[in-house]
Amino acid sequence: MRKSRLMATGLMAATLAISAFSGVAQAQDNGALLAGPCASCHGTDGVSPGSIPSIAGQPYAVLIAQLNAFKAGEIPGATVMTRLARGYTDEELEVLAHYFSEIEP
Amino acid sequence: MINRRSILKSMGAVALATPVLSLPSIGRAQGAAGRVVIVGGGFGGATAAKYIKRANPNIDVTLIEASGRFYTCPFSNLYLGGLREFESIGHSFDELTDVYGVNLVTGWAEGVDGDAHTVTLASGDVIEYDKLLLSPGVDMRWGAIEGYDEAAAEIIPHAWKAGPQTQLLKSQLEAMDDGGTFILSSPPDPFRCPPGPYERVSMIANYFKNNKPNSKILLLDSKDAFSKQGLFQAGWDALYGDMIEWVSLSNDGEVIRVDPEAMEVETAFGEIHRGDVINIVPPQKAGAIADAAGVTNEGGWVPIKPDTFESQLVDDIYVVGDATVAAPMPKSGFSANAQGKVAAAAIVASFAGEDVGTPSWANTCYSLIGPEYGISVAAVYRVEDGAITTLEGSGGVSPADADEDFRRREAIYAVGWYDAITQDTWGSSPA
Repeated sequence: MRKSRLMATGLMAATLAISAFSGVAQAQDNGALLAGPCASCHGTDGVSPGSIPSIAGQPYAVLIAQLNAFKAGEIPGATVMTRLARGYTDEELEVLAHYFSEIEP
Repeated sequence: MINRRSILKSMGAVALATPVLSLPSIGRAQGAAGRVVIVGGGFGGATAAKYIKRANPNIDVTLIEASGRFYTCPFSNLYLGGLREFESIGHSFDELTDVYGVNLVTGWAEGVDGDAHTVTLASGDVIEYDKLLLSPGVDMRWGAIEGYDEAAAEIIPHAWKAGPQTQLLKSQLEAMDDGGTFILSSPPDPFRCPPGPYERVSMIANYFKNNKPNSKILLLDSKDAFSKQGLFQAGWDALYGDMIEWVSLSNDGEVIRVDPEAMEVETAFGEIHRGDVINIVPPQKAGAIADAAGVTNEGGWVPIKPDTFESQLVDDIYVVGDATVAAPMPKSGFSANAQGKVAAAAIVASFAGEDVGTPSWANTCYSLIGPEYGISVAAVYRVEDGAITTLEGSGGVSPADADEDFRRREAIYAVGWYDAITQDTWGSSPA
């Protein structure tokens, strides 16, 4: 009884993991579309020509930490990025962080 | 009776009788993945050209643009304010032609035959397309304000398309005596660049403060509320004291008549205001080619399918930028650039027989109130239930209680934004 309940829980967790994964995979295919507006401030492919930081080729861990911190409102003095990051799900922010981390600056 | 359909039909007949333009592009198109013709080399059209080529260089892309060099409305106010040279807002098409292989046709597109899939130029040349993308911007509604036509605009400029009009307004401001009155009339919604009129008076106040400090600015408005209003008004108080007077619609701000000879404007309740320099930002509509293509609605704007920015009315014609009905996205260069990328992806996917991905747009509009005083409004947009929607919880304006350092950084980011979006669109750094 106990064992079957555990199995059921495990199965449920696996199903959730799969559906979450397919969501990420789907979003990942969409990376270029999702990242499109970023270039308007950070430059084509995230290579900035001006005062706004380049994001191309930054480590994934750095980008995702920064995006999550923007979204959580934890970066003191942040300007537009807090307002923009709140428009993306956690999964979408992961896709964006992956997308820009994989671009050669 | 002549209606749009019969005009289009007769234009189609003309097109049949005219030999199809033998551009090198037509030759190159053989074996191409598809032929795209883009009308308008601004934020929407130039971006779409670049991103189509980036996604699939085998697609033949022809850009029809009337000007050899594109001058942006964004930052034209900084030129008026004395912060920039005019050439710094001009951009060439060299990256599109030299790096991405876009065919550039310098000319004026004046007709579209949606059935025959052809564009007719003013020269009489005809160009065939598989997919057409229009990024025509806005046209002024001449006569919507009594007395305000193209001839009047040579005396009382609109300066709402960057170019000679902007330079005319600048020269008038420079010729004005200290102590003069500048009047700006702001139109009802919807219009190009919602914060634009308010940034413009800010930048002209900056010019007056430095050069003609006894001058006054009268801002006559056809609205009772405007973009980033609280932030603008607080900034005006902080930087310019009582130099700028804003008159709302309810307080008789709507200009209904213009007299260029007397340099007077009349408002709805009959009050006459005399100005030494007057700038009318008139009511607007989609650029003329949209009407010729039959993609406009009764209001003069272009309804689009939100997922792709393809016209709701004519197949294989995509429309992006200020000409479209895309609210809640504002009519901004940022929006046009973002829409150009979505339409580009939709066109590329269509040629490849693939599904279009899920579109996503964002917008950030910076405005400068002073050289070191920037404010912004931002949002993220998706399609929900078949309509473009602002994502809940995203976006908003700069905080009202921000300190000087925050305003100064937003002014720096405004310039950073301009450097980035013009590089993303035309590849050219400002001169």
